[in-house]
Amino acid sequence: MASKKPTRREFIKTSATLASGVAVGAASKSASGQLEGPESFTLGSDEMVAYGERSQFVNSVRIAHGGRPSPDQFGLDFHIATPLQDQMGIIAPSSLHYVGTTRGSFTPEIDPEKHRLMIHGMVDNPLVFTMEELKRLPSVTRMHFIECAGNRANSRHVTVQETHGMTSNALWTGVLLSTLLEEAGVQDGAKWIVAEGVEEVKGASSIPLSKAMEDCIVCYGMNGEPVRPQQGFPLRLMVPGFEGILNVKWLRRIKLTDEFYMTYNDYGHLRQDDDDAALSMQIGPKSVITYPSGGQQLEGPGFYEVRGLAWSGGGRVSRVEVTTDGGETWFDADIRGEAQPMAHTAFSFNWTWDGEPCELQSRCIDELGSIQPTREQAQQFWNPEPGQRARLKGQDNSIQPWRIDGDGSVHNAIS
Amino acid sequence: MRFLRLKLIAIALLLVGITAQAQGPKYGIGRAPTSEEVRAWDIAINPFTGEELPAGAGTADQGAELFLSKGCAGCHGTVGTDGLAPRLVKREIATPDDPWQWGRILPIRAPYAPVIWDYINRGMPLGAEGTLTPDEVYALTAYLLFLNDVIDDDLMVLNQENLPEIEMPNKDNWAPLPDWWEPGMPRLLDYPY
Repeated sequence: MASKKPTRREFIKTSATLASGVAVGAASKSASGQLEGPESFTLGSDEMVAYGERSQFVNSVRIAHGGRPSPDQFGLDFHIATPLQDQMGIIAPSSLHYVGTTRGSFTPEIDPEKHRLMIHGMVDNPLVFTMEELKRLPSVTRMHFIECAGNRANSRHVTVQETHGMTSNALWTGVLLSTLLEEAGVQDGAKWIVAEGVEEVKGASSIPLSKAMEDCIVCYGMNGEPVRPQQGFPLRLMVPGFEGILNVKWLRRIKLTDEFYMTYNDYGHLRQDDDDAALSMQIGPKSVITYPSGGQQLEGPGFYEVRGLAWSGGGRVSRVEVTTDGGETWFDADIRGEAQPMAHTAFSFNWTWDGEPCELQSRCIDELGSIQPTREQAQQFWNPEPGQRARLKGQDNSIQPWRIDGDGSVHNAIS
Repeated sequence: MRFLRLKLIAIALLLVGITAQAQGPKYGIGRAPTSEEVRAWDIAINPFTGEELPAGAGTADQGAELFLSKGCAGCHGTVGTDGLAPRLVKREIATPDDPWQWGRILPIRAPYAPVIWDYINRGMPLGAEGTLTPDEVYALTAYLLFLNDVIDDDLMVLNQENLPEIEMPNKDNWAPLPDWWEPGMPRLLDYPY
């Protein structure tokens, strides 16, 4: 194999030829001869055959979420936010998908040949599946977002990665959980499933059986390849539109029960208030403008395509509206492509900036008719007393305002 | 109007349920687990009845020793108050009538004692999860309940029978996930957002 690699001398020769091609300019027969050439060339090597890499000029990365270190000194916290400001379209690259863990920065190494999924409890036929057996069953590939309950913007955040980076959207492939549950035969009286991972803490969540039968997916694939270890390799439960913690990673066991089991993840998710609990299960309609967004700089007055993402745990996004005057006037944004249920949906809005200071916002309306509120609207709903500042209940789906100053700089306008 | 809709949904679901039940195994893929496998894997504990709790027993007095010897104190502090890991003992607060104000402290917020047992059994000690025996988990649970004044006798033997009967300050004082919710419904009725 080594003989096929170019020698250093050959490499220099080739580079020199190409470089001189650029230098001759118009005289060159190369189609690109009149343009400034690439910085350099990388010749194909054996290493580049197997797995591709992004450009050295692309350096978008995830960051620790919430202003706290991840991993922290104790290995407890591992919450990593995705760079939404750099994302093209609606699919998060698997390497940049946000990460939230039930506990710790420990990612289990799991041999898929040894991995098993057990379904038991209130079923007629308890079953154990190997990965190969799961792959024999009818499969689906669907686009779904996941969002962490902690995806909560505040006034200290600068970029959209900080305000909204704890949600990502991917193409998930696997077997519908209903297929497996029907195969096992659900018994009368079963109301919940307890889904459990194989990681060190055996993190587990309770999910209503009605949801499990509706659209949950036992996923082995993500964006065209096996689910990444940080996302639950080799098996992850997708619970579309429900809070992130319910999407159990490293899935090894599903137990059907007649009661809510209040186990590991459920305990941490426990609420005191009924409304708070209801609003902490299914995610509400939400959207955010990713361009222009906090920390970015407009070049000057003129045309810009305002772009963003909208989503809802309640189903499809049916409408997205954009304002450029801080909420006085709302315009319909264009929905890009066909909105999928419980999936990030791209929207855009053609806008010509006149160079004056202004404020951009977007709001999402989902197919249930639920509408994304301003922070003030949500607070007033729970506490109509003037002057009092109520905490938002449940997961925060309030509107994100971006302020654009006269110099074109973009800022988080949460007060 | 709202109730009519709920009723219709309920009827529709009933019909779906009947159809689903009419089906037996369709693909014949996967095998039946042995009862030993189920016993070994099934660590989920019913929080209310403690149904799946394994036989075992322990006291707070024994738990205090285990707290040191098993390394708990290294992370949670010698008495569960001053370590890097989450605090395990309630703080003094002005409103003791509301146990939620004590903070997210497992052995006092958990509405049922088996929840504490389950948590320790699954997730502790960090890096050596799954190594504690049932007796040791009962003893550590008893110690944490003792530190939080839930039980006042450090020689009280906790076991699979009496653990579910421990009266936690938050007993039934928690919000269940909505039992009216079905797929296709908003997350909260009469909430526009």
